[in-house]
Amino acid sequence: MNDYRSIFTEGLWGNNVVFAQMLALCPLMAVTTTATNGLGMGLATTGVLLASNVVIASCRNFITPDVRIPVFVLLIASLVTLADMAINAWLHELYKVLGLFIPLIVVNCSVLGRAEAFASKQPVSASAVDGLAMGLGYTLALIIIGGCREILGSATLFAHASLLLGDGFAFLETTLIPHYKGFLLMLLPPGGFLVLGFLLAGKRAMERRVQQRKERARSADLQYGHCRVP
Amino acid sequence: MNLHLPSAPHTHAPDSVPRIMGLVLLAVAPATLYGLILFGWPALSLLLVTVLTCLLCEAACLSIAGRPVKPFLWDGSALLTGVLLAVSLPPWAPWWIGALGGFFAIVIGKQVFGGVGQNLFNPAMLARVALLVSFPVEMTTWLGPHPLFSSHAPGLFDGLAITFNGIPDVDGVSGATILGHVRTQLGMNHSLSQILPGHFQPGAAVLGWTGGSLGETAEWLALLGGGWLLWRRVITWQIPVAMLTTVALLAGGFHLLNPDRFADPALHLLSGGLMLGAFFFATDPVTSPTTPIGQLVFGAGCGALVYIIRTWGGYPEGVAFAVVLMNAATPLIDHYLRPRIYGRTWGGQSRPVKRPPTRPGESQ
Repeated sequence: MNDYRSIFTEGLWGNNVVFAQMLALCPLMAVTTTATNGLGMGLATTGVLLASNVVIASCRNFITPDVRIPVFVLLIASLVTLADMAINAWLHELYKVLGLFIPLIVVNCSVLGRAEAFASKQPVSASAVDGLAMGLGYTLALIIIGGCREILGSATLFAHASLLLGDGFAFLETTLIPHYKGFLLMLLPPGGFLVLGFLLAGKRAMERRVQQRKERARSADLQYGHCRVP
Repeated sequence: MNLHLPSAPHTHAPDSVPRIMGLVLLAVAPATLYGLILFGWPALSLLLVTVLTCLLCEAACLSIAGRPVKPFLWDGSALLTGVLLAVSLPPWAPWWIGALGGFFAIVIGKQVFGGVGQNLFNPAMLARVALLVSFPVEMTTWLGPHPLFSSHAPGLFDGLAITFNGIPDVDGVSGATILGHVRTQLGMNHSLSQILPGHFQPGAAVLGWTGGSLGETAEWLALLGGGWLLWRRVITWQIPVAMLTTVALLAGGFHLLNPDRFADPALHLLSGGLMLGAFFFATDPVTSPTTPIGQLVFGAGCGALVYIIRTWGGYPEGVAFAVVLMNAATPLIDHYLRPRIYGRTWGGQSRPVKRPPTRPGESQ
C-alpha cells in the first residue's frame, strides 16, 4: 500500500468518511448550519487526523495490541486538547461558534477509526497521506452539506467567512436572496439528515450510472473486440 | 330458469386503493366545502395550489423511480394527501406554504419511503409539522370567519392577491384561535373564568363559526364524515373513540382539580383539529397499528399527547405532533401487541385439547 495516489483519492472520495463510511455524523449534524462552520470544523479535524495518524504510526511498534485502544484514545485526546487551545488562541471568533464541538473531536469515530484501521499497520508517510486525505474528504463533505443547508435555511453562502479566514476572504460571503424569511427546519438537525440523505442518494445514482456505462462499454468490447485492428 | 345460489362464503372484489381514497375524499368533502365557504377565495386558491403540487411531485417522483405514473397518480392517494394537508393549513396562508407543504408531504413523507403504503408517517401531518416548525409566523396567522360573498370578504381577485402576494392588513383581520388565546392569557396569570366569557361559545364552536385551519372549524361536519367512514367500514372505531375519550377524561379530571387553570372537556373536544385528527389523520391505515388492541393504545397515546401538548407544551395545538409521534411508535405497538396464534397460548405453546368425556358403553 505504498501507492500514495490511490490512498489520497480513496480518502478524498472513494472511501470518504461521510459519503462512504458514514462515520463522524454527530459533529456533522451539529456544526453544518453554515459552510463556514463546516470548513472550520473540517480543518480542525484534518489537523487532528494528520497528527494522530503520524504519532500512532510512529509508535505502532511499541504499542501492544492489548492496550492499543486506551493508548490511541490518550494520544488523540492530547492532540485534540492542543487543537482546542490553538483555536481558542488564534481563531477566537470561530472558537465561539464551534466551541463545544472541538473537544468532541476526541470521540469523532473517524479519528479512532483511521488509527485502528490504517495508522497502526502502516508506515508513517503512508499514514500521514491517509490522515490528510481523510481529513480533506471530511472537510469537503462538511462544506457541501453546510453549503446546502445554509442556502436552503438562510439563503447565504460562507457567511462570516472573514472571521475564520481573515478579512481577505470577505469576498466569499454571499447573500443569495435578500430579505429571505429563513427555512428553520434546514438549520435544525432534521435538515442535516435530509440534506445528507439526498446527497447520498445522488452519489449512489451517479455511481450506478458510471458503472452501467462501464459495463456497456465492456460488453461492446467483448462483442466487437475481435474486429478491432490492434 | 334454474338460478344456482351458492352458500357462503362468497368471494367479492376487495376494497381497492382508489375506492378507499375516494370514500375518504367524499367524507372530508363537507368539512372542506364548509371551510371554503367560511374563508372564501384565498382558501380555494391555497387548496388548489396544495393539491396541484402534490400531484406534480407524485408524478415527478414516480417517473424518476421508473414506476408507472398513470395508475399510481390516479389512485387518488396524492390527491387525498393534498386535500388533507390543505385542510390543516391556515386558510389565508401564502401560496408557497401550500407548495412547500405539498412537496414535503409527497417527496419526503411518502415517495422517499417507497410510495403509497410504505410511508412511516402520515404525509400530510408530517408536512404540517415541518411547516409549523419552519414558519411559525405564517402557520399561526389565523383569522375569523370571512364567509364567501359577505360584505367584508375579499373578492376573487383580492383573494388571489392574498394567496400570492400576502395579506394586506394582517393585524386588521388576524386573531388568535381559542386555544392560542387561552394559552397566552394563562401565561399572563389570568384564570379561565376571566378568559373564556365572550370568547368561547360552545354553540359556535360546534357549528364551526370560529377561526382555525381551513377544514377544522366545523366539528360536526368532521364528526359526520368520520361517522360515515365508520359506517362504510373504511375505518374502525378503536382509534377515534380511544383518542377522543382520552382527551375528554384527561381534560375532565384536571378540570375538576382546578377549573381556573385547566379548560373543560367541551373546549378541548370542540376546538382545534381534534375531531378532524381523530377521524382522518390518526386512522390512516398505513401508519396506525393493525390489531384492535394496538389501535386502542395508539388512539389513547394520541389523545394523551394532544392534551399534554395543549396544556403544558410549547404550542397551543398538538394534534399534528401527537399523530406523527404515535406514527413513530406504531412499529413498536405492532411488535408487542400481536394477536394470539389460533390454537396456541400467548406463550406460543399449543393449547391443551379438551376431550369430551366418553360416555359409558362407547368404545374409544
